[in-house]
Amino acid sequence: MSFFHIPNPAAARRLFLGRSGLALSGAAVALLAGNEALAAKSEGAGLNDVQILNTALGAELEAIAAYQLGAESKLLQKPVLDLALTFQGHHKEHADVLRKTVEKLGGKSVLAKATYNFPVDQLKSQADVLKFAAKLEQGAVSAYLGAVPLFGNRDLAKAAASILGDEAMHWAILRQALGEVPVPSAFMS
Amino acid sequence: MRRLMVAGTLALCAAAPAGAAPDPVRGEQVYTRCMACHALAFDRVGPRHCGLFGRVAGSVPGFDYSTAMKNSHITWNDTTLDRFLTQPLKMLPGTSMTYDGVADPKDRADLIAYLKLANETLECRKRAPANQ
Repeated sequence: MSFFHIPNPAAARRLFLGRSGLALSGAAVALLAGNEALAAKSEGAGLNDVQILNTALGAELEAIAAYQLGAESKLLQKPVLDLALTFQGHHKEHADVLRKTVEKLGGKSVLAKATYNFPVDQLKSQADVLKFAAKLEQGAVSAYLGAVPLFGNRDLAKAAASILGDEAMHWAILRQALGEVPVPSAFMS
Repeated sequence: MRRLMVAGTLALCAAAPAGAAPDPVRGEQVYTRCMACHALAFDRVGPRHCGLFGRVAGSVPGFDYSTAMKNSHITWNDTTLDRFLTQPLKMLPGTSMTYDGVADPKDRADLIAYLKLANETLECRKRAPANQ
C-alpha cells in the first residue's frame, strides 16, 4: 500500500519514515568514516576512488540545494513537503558520509557552490517540482550505477551501491506521487 | 536452399539495427543517465552541453574543470565524444567524470545524435557563442 493512498497524512508520514529507516540502516554500510578497518586497508582506495567520491559529493550537495529550493517554493503541500524534506535529509547524510570518507582517504572534499542553476522559471506547481526532483533522482541512480564498477576498493563500491538503492527509492516514490508507473523497468541504466 | 535463404534473411534482420541511423529520440532517453550532473543550458556538477560540438574540452568559462580535462587538448566532435563516452576514465585519466561509460555503441550514437539536435534548439541557440 502506498503511503500516498493513506488518507491521514500523519499516518502516511509515520509509515514512510518507518520504512525509510530500513534504507538508512542500509546506508550505514557507507559509514566508512569511523570504520578504521577501511582506513587500515585504504591502499585499495586510489586517487580515482577519492575523485569518484568527490564527484558524488558534488551531486549530493546539489540535490540538497534542489530540495531546499522545492521546500521554500511554497508549491509543495503536505505530505509531499515532508517527503521532500525527508529525502533532503537522506542526501545530507550521503553528503556527510562522502565528505568524511574523502577526508579520511586524504583527499580534499568539494564544497557546496554559492549558487546553483536550477530551472526556477519552469517550476510553477507541485507537479513541476516533483518532476524536477524525479529527474535528479533518476540521474543520481545512473550516476551511482556508473560509479560503482570504477571503485578500486570494494567496500567503497558497496557503500555507493547502498546510496544507489536509496536514490532509486526516491525516484520510484516521486514517480508514484506524479501518478506515473513507479518502477518503469526491471533494470536501470 | 530455402533454409539458406531463411538463414540469410534472419542474419540481415539481426544486422539491421547496427546499421540503423542514430535515433535522437532514443538518445534523449539515454541522456537521462547524464542528468545527475549535466544540463543543456547551464553548468551543474558537469558543464553545460549547449555549444558542445567544436568546443575545446575544459573551456566553458567559469566552470571548475579537472586538470586532466583542462590539459586534454580535446575538441569535442562525434569521434572524440564517442571515445570519451565509451570509457571516460580510460580516455582521460583524472577526469571528474567518474562514470563507467556508455558501453553500447548504438546508445552512444543515439546520445550524440540527441546532443546535436539539442544544440539546434532554441534553448541552446539563445546562448551566444561567447557564452557557451
